[in-house]
Amino acid sequence: MDENAPGRTRFKPASLNTAVAVDLSGVHKWYGDFHVLRDINLRVTKGERIVICGPSGSGKSTMIRCINRLEAHQQGRIVVDGVELTDDVKKIDEVRRDVGMVFQHFNLFPHLTVLENLTLAPIWVRKMPKAEADEIAVHYLRRVKIPEQAGKYPGQLSGGQQQRVAIARALCMSPKIMLFDEPTSSLDPEMVKEVLDTMVELANDGMTMLVVTHEMGFARQVANRVVFMDEGQIVEMNAPQEFFANPQHERTKLFLSQILN
Amino acid sequence: MSDTATITDARLSFVRDRPFDPLPPPLVHSGAIGWLLQNLFSSFTNILLTVSCVAMVVWLLPPLIEFLIFDAVWDGSSRADCIVTPQRPAVGACWAFVIERLGFFTYGFYPIEERWRVDVFFVLLAFGIGWMTWLDAPRRGLGMIYFFAVMPVLSFFLLVGLPAIGLQAVSTAQWGGVLVTIVVSAVGIVVSLPLGVLLALGRRSKMPVVRMSSVIFIEVVRGVPLITVLFMASVMLPLFVPESLTPDKLLRALVGVALFAAAYMAEVVRAGLQAIPRGQYEAAMAVGLSYWQAMRLIVLPQALKVTLPNIVNTFIGLFKDTTLVFIVGIFDFLKTIEAARGDVNWATPVTSVTGYAFAAMFYFVFCYAMSRYARYVEHRLRAGDRR
Repeated sequence: MDENAPGRTRFKPASLNTAVAVDLSGVHKWYGDFHVLRDINLRVTKGERIVICGPSGSGKSTMIRCINRLEAHQQGRIVVDGVELTDDVKKIDEVRRDVGMVFQHFNLFPHLTVLENLTLAPIWVRKMPKAEADEIAVHYLRRVKIPEQAGKYPGQLSGGQQQRVAIARALCMSPKIMLFDEPTSSLDPEMVKEVLDTMVELANDGMTMLVVTHEMGFARQVANRVVFMDEGQIVEMNAPQEFFANPQHERTKLFLSQILN
Repeated sequence: MSDTATITDARLSFVRDRPFDPLPPPLVHSGAIGWLLQNLFSSFTNILLTVSCVAMVVWLLPPLIEFLIFDAVWDGSSRADCIVTPQRPAVGACWAFVIERLGFFTYGFYPIEERWRVDVFFVLLAFGIGWMTWLDAPRRGLGMIYFFAVMPVLSFFLLVGLPAIGLQAVSTAQWGGVLVTIVVSAVGIVVSLPLGVLLALGRRSKMPVVRMSSVIFIEVVRGVPLITVLFMASVMLPLFVPESLTPDKLLRALVGVALFAAAYMAEVVRAGLQAIPRGQYEAAMAVGLSYWQAMRLIVLPQALKVTLPNIVNTFIGLFKDTTLVFIVGIFDFLKTIEAARGDVNWATPVTSVTGYAFAAMFYFVFCYAMSRYARYVEHRLRAGDRR
């Protein structure tokens, strides 16, 4: 029942737009002559968890990077939490404050301690007093289960720990939406679980999440919808049970057969 | 069981029944002899290098020490004390000359009764440098304000003069010696780093106007020799600007040196910026930092750390390049020595050599100090995040 809800939201009247977290409509993007995103339409409601998968080069990372304007789109509209993304720097900053992002390569700041990594944005962007920022940082470090690493530098942590710090860093800004760009792809196999567990907990708390990943177990467990992309297009989008049990397109079937075996 | 044993015996007949003879003991690798063997006499090439280096030292060092110390003349008031006489068959460095002209080397033509002002300036500067370079110093934020705002203003009025409070005006034409060398290099260093950072960021900017202006500035300034820049500043500028508006000669040279150093610094900083992965900037953007915050808090601290050896290299080059200001008639430290060594009162065969030796030691002390300090900072920064 719940899994069907997202499908319905696409046809909700505009007056209920407050429930929409991210809305991409008719989005196109080119890198020079290369057409990376072709007519992307995706509406994500608040609290929804979307898993995006697809072969490499299909544009899935580019798509979520457009949502916090790390990449600019050239056609169509992207509205994030009621703010349309344009060249307007103020709008972009507004969106970035409310959208957290976790990268494949963690991108922690190596010259700052774990605690400083977490408090940097609250102090400089939210203008929070240091004591308060520290308190929040410790709270989230505890939540990702590594409070004892606060004083260390990122280089001293394992990959899994670094990625959990990166998640905590994003959470410290109390984002409304979290973007994950292949968060487990550069981790050793035994560290994938600790990161996925953290993400499952986050999902259970009702966070709106867009996750680019090939972890199909994670998709089954937490996603409301799975989006399959190929060659810059959304090929198929469905609730996970349907998506895995009954893929519609040949391309999806091929992809699933390769990834699940 | 016995079967197996016989088979084993038959098939594995190569098994030794006696232990090997003991191997010779390893070469000594500990203690003084071990160290010598390992580091100085480990191979034919190494032995050759060691022997030739020792020979060089034996050949050069004793005469040098003899000249600079044992045969040197420490007291005296004129050339008579520094020439070869039957009583004094060997004369080394004429330090008496340096000691007598030390005031000139330090202050140039600065009025003798006002020289205390220069001394106060040196103390103010040393205090500021100490505060800035001592990384664990208390109140470093206050130190920054002192170094970049309070001290320059104080020094300016102290050196130039402020008749209102009784400090007699001293024209910069009277400045000279160490004073000029220090002023030119301090201004060059303090201006070139921030300006170089801005130019480097400008060169990587997405805005075409900013990028093009940065590129043009950097390439034009790097494309001409410093002497040309100084000539332009001191000879050509007055041709185009009315005399009343022509800035002071020293000021023109200062601006020339600072801009010249900034262009080089820009390329050094750009190399550092290039070394920082794009992900760092993206992560900073993603948490909502503005461009300037991302640069100041994330990218520049890492970039400047990577490129610190090159920055100090540029500073050292700048410090020595200040000697070129003599070409536009400014009496820097080297120029005062040049002027003094022609003094008839001190005309001896060793006067010039002594003067140049003194200059070499002066420049070496400053450059080596900068180099050592950079090593210390590098070491500390590395300890900071790669434990």
